[in-house]
Amino acid sequence: MGMKSGTSKAVARGEVVDGRLVLSLSGRLDADAVSDLWPDVSRLLETGGEESILLDGSGIEYCDGSGAALLVFVERVAHRLDVPFELAGLSEEVAGLVALFPVEKFREDALCARSKPDWFVAMIGKETVGFLRNLVEQVAFLGELLVGLFRTLLHPASLRWRDLLGIAEAAGVKALPIVALLGCLIGLIMAFQGAVLMKQFGAEIFVADFVGISVVRELGPLITAIIVAGRTGSAFAAEIGTMKVNEEVDALTTMGLDPMRFLVVPRMLAATVMTPMLTLFANLCGILGGAVIMMGMGFPLVTYLSRAFAAVSMTSYLAGLVKSVVFGVLVAGAGCMSGLRTGEGASAVGDSATRAVVDSIVLIVFTDGLFAVIFYYLGI
Amino acid sequence: MEYDDVIIRVEEMTARYGERLVLDALSFEVRRGEIFVILGGSGCGKSTLLKHMIGLYRPYSGDVKIGDVSVVHAEGEERDRLIRRFGVMYQSGALFGSMNLLENVCLPLEEFSDLPRPARELIARMKLGLVGLADFTRHMPSEISGGMKKRAAIARAMALDPEILFLDEPSAGLDPVTADELDDLIIRLSRSLGITFVVVTHELPSIYKIADRVIMLDARTKKMIAEGDPATLRDSHPDEWVRNFFNRKASASE
Repeated sequence: MGMKSGTSKAVARGEVVDGRLVLSLSGRLDADAVSDLWPDVSRLLETGGEESILLDGSGIEYCDGSGAALLVFVERVAHRLDVPFELAGLSEEVAGLVALFPVEKFREDALCARSKPDWFVAMIGKETVGFLRNLVEQVAFLGELLVGLFRTLLHPASLRWRDLLGIAEAAGVKALPIVALLGCLIGLIMAFQGAVLMKQFGAEIFVADFVGISVVRELGPLITAIIVAGRTGSAFAAEIGTMKVNEEVDALTTMGLDPMRFLVVPRMLAATVMTPMLTLFANLCGILGGAVIMMGMGFPLVTYLSRAFAAVSMTSYLAGLVKSVVFGVLVAGAGCMSGLRTGEGASAVGDSATRAVVDSIVLIVFTDGLFAVIFYYLGI
Repeated sequence: MEYDDVIIRVEEMTARYGERLVLDALSFEVRRGEIFVILGGSGCGKSTLLKHMIGLYRPYSGDVKIGDVSVVHAEGEERDRLIRRFGVMYQSGALFGSMNLLENVCLPLEEFSDLPRPARELIARMKLGLVGLADFTRHMPSEISGGMKKRAAIARAMALDPEILFLDEPSAGLDPVTADELDDLIIRLSRSLGITFVVVTHELPSIYKIADRVIMLDARTKKMIAEGDPATLRDSHPDEWVRNFFNRKASASE
């Protein structure tokens, strides 16, 4: 042969002798060889009609975990077909390895029994219970938050002002560039699209009304809230989530410092104050963005601005601001709650940040719709 | 030293995570001034027991009392007073990442005392000095080693001079020399300040060195299987598994 032992190719052969399937495996059964052999062995076992299976392992030179899996697999098939199975000729080393894996633990029925999928109705029930628990948690969070805010109102000295200012800076001042950019672009796009349409009627000047009202009432608050959700809401969730994973939240609790007062209230206040301020800035930038297009079409800046400001009534302006305050509360609330509910492990923090942003955006859009209906009935 | 005065009482306490039973009707007492060690194999509920003793988790049934006050039922001001009687060092240290060591130790003083700022800082510096971190007051938690974090966490737990210190796996993840230093620190604090220690650990060298008394939890029965001083348990406990644990042997019957 001339082949060194341990390097010979693994081979599987099967023959049926008097109704007994004799399966002989030989060579080196390592992970590579087994992946080639597995289909062959399956095919040999599928011939059917055999009354018993004998696995002759006398030719096996080396066997690792994958090889052992192949042997267990053959036994499993024999068990399923309900035919006697015999394993013969194993060297001492291989037998020792195979003995580490008691075959009866790996049979299909043993594996299936453990992971039986839920019945459809059971699934619905579990989901419902989960949903209701979630709802209860949210109500509890809201209650605790209100108590925390109320206490802070009664004892303003107990608020950590330095933390509050730091958070306000991160959530507000540092968001100015992105808010300015997006506000400006929205104004620009709205004005351009509007101008193309209005030009057909010779009514380009009304673009100023269009941009002013839509930005101040709707787009300014909405765009700002979505930026705050993505920047700040996720940051809140990640910060508090990391503190939770590091047991820092537990440490606060056992030091007698209520995480609600210590972590959530300052974030809540900062976001609630900063979101309307950013909205004002976004409104201004949006209107200026529109100005660029209008000036390009030959209208003087003064004409455009006086038209735009005249179009926006005080009520529209206030309606936009009220909305942005509510959006700020929602974003901070969703972010902090998601952070405090962080589970264990590194991926939990990521999940929390994701959940914070998704929850915030859903809440923002839903609330915006609600406001539209309310304003419609109030005639604002 | 005589330890007659009971400071913590755990009474018939049962703990569950949802459906799963973790601790079954556990009762024991911790005496004032002793170093009391909770030990057991991995996953037997040691840390869970600790978190119940400090009131982070509510037991399914039973009670935990520090002095005469129930950790489970105390509310409002009574709870605030209770919480100030003990300090906790968490497994990871749980220092606040956005504050340096001095600020970390100052925080409880800031919240619970009317001391002027220089006085608070002096106290915090002295506590950090006590654990050998006098030169690291301005370092952030991310800039120091794991052993230093644990020592800083002990300093923070001691900020308000508590009667009891709970330590969750103080020597886990430390090299033997650093772990030994930490054990020395625990003994020093216990003997000189009379602080009662409740320590969760499964490091045998540490147990022999510091423990006045240990209780051992069993992952299978969810109950306590041994109570006493470590040397006696090793030599003469009736249960073979307990003797093997203290002799660091794998049991033949397992």
